[in-house]
Amino acid sequence: MTALEIGAVVAEASFPLTRDSLVRYAGASGDFNPIHYRDDVAQSVGLPGVLAHGMLTMGLAVQPVVDWLGDPGRVLDYQVKFTRPVPVDPEIGAVVTVVAKVGAVEEAALRIDLTVTYGEQTVLGKAQVRVIPPTG
Amino acid sequence: MPVNPAIEGRVYPPTAPYLVGREKVREFARAVFAGHPTHSDPEAARAAGYADVVAPPTFSIVVTEATLRQLLDDPDAGVDFTRVVHGDQRFSFTRPIVAGDELVATMTITSVKSIGGHSMVTAESAIIDGTGQHVVTAVSTLVVRGDE
Repeated sequence: MTALEIGAVVAEASFPLTRDSLVRYAGASGDFNPIHYRDDVAQSVGLPGVLAHGMLTMGLAVQPVVDWLGDPGRVLDYQVKFTRPVPVDPEIGAVVTVVAKVGAVEEAALRIDLTVTYGEQTVLGKAQVRVIPPTG
Repeated sequence: MPVNPAIEGRVYPPTAPYLVGREKVREFARAVFAGHPTHSDPEAARAAGYADVVAPPTFSIVVTEATLRQLLDDPDAGVDFTRVVHGDQRFSFTRPIVAGDELVATMTITSVKSIGGHSMVTAESAIIDGTGQHVVTAVSTLVVRGDE
């Protein structure tokens, strides 16, 4: 059971986002807020440029945990705070990195804490996934 | 205009049923980099005990969107869409969403707070399936920026 000690890294992954990723997420989710695909609109409301959808960041951040669990049905609860935006450059994009660690061990569940970063900065706060641990 | 504090406790009417399609689940899974086979392959999903492909956890926001629109469209609530920032989000599952589900969401405004000129509205949307069983509850906190 060493893998389930508090602080153990259970999964990690990096996600290279491009403007194409944002357009794809807009279509899939139905969130067509133009700050996620038009620089002129983003700048007109005081943003540095086009930002990734917060829900895209939340959505991809849980995927390494789902892969580790081996069954999306083992996710009991998932929460995040959107603390910092992820600007996505039209040419170089943006890389979002996720590290998932055991945060707490409960009787029949684990709390997995996600550290989600862009550059050197954390972009999600209190990103926690309560899960039924994988068998075996 | 600040958010109307009187909407705290308000329960909005249930949304029209949302029928979860297999291709929509696949499209959403691809968009959030969800590579687990249960999201795209019906055989893998059945082998894991599901009737069809399983939606990634945050697909719940697609179903919740109709409830948040009710809030934004309610003139009595006074939520200015152009000033809204998503503050935090939580999903609590009884079971994952699966293709073929027909889902209905009912939103309750659980909290309206004013902090330093901004308003924070917390909306809780309970999502049930066609048999009336609970699937997932989505709790969204929206920050509505005040006048500068």
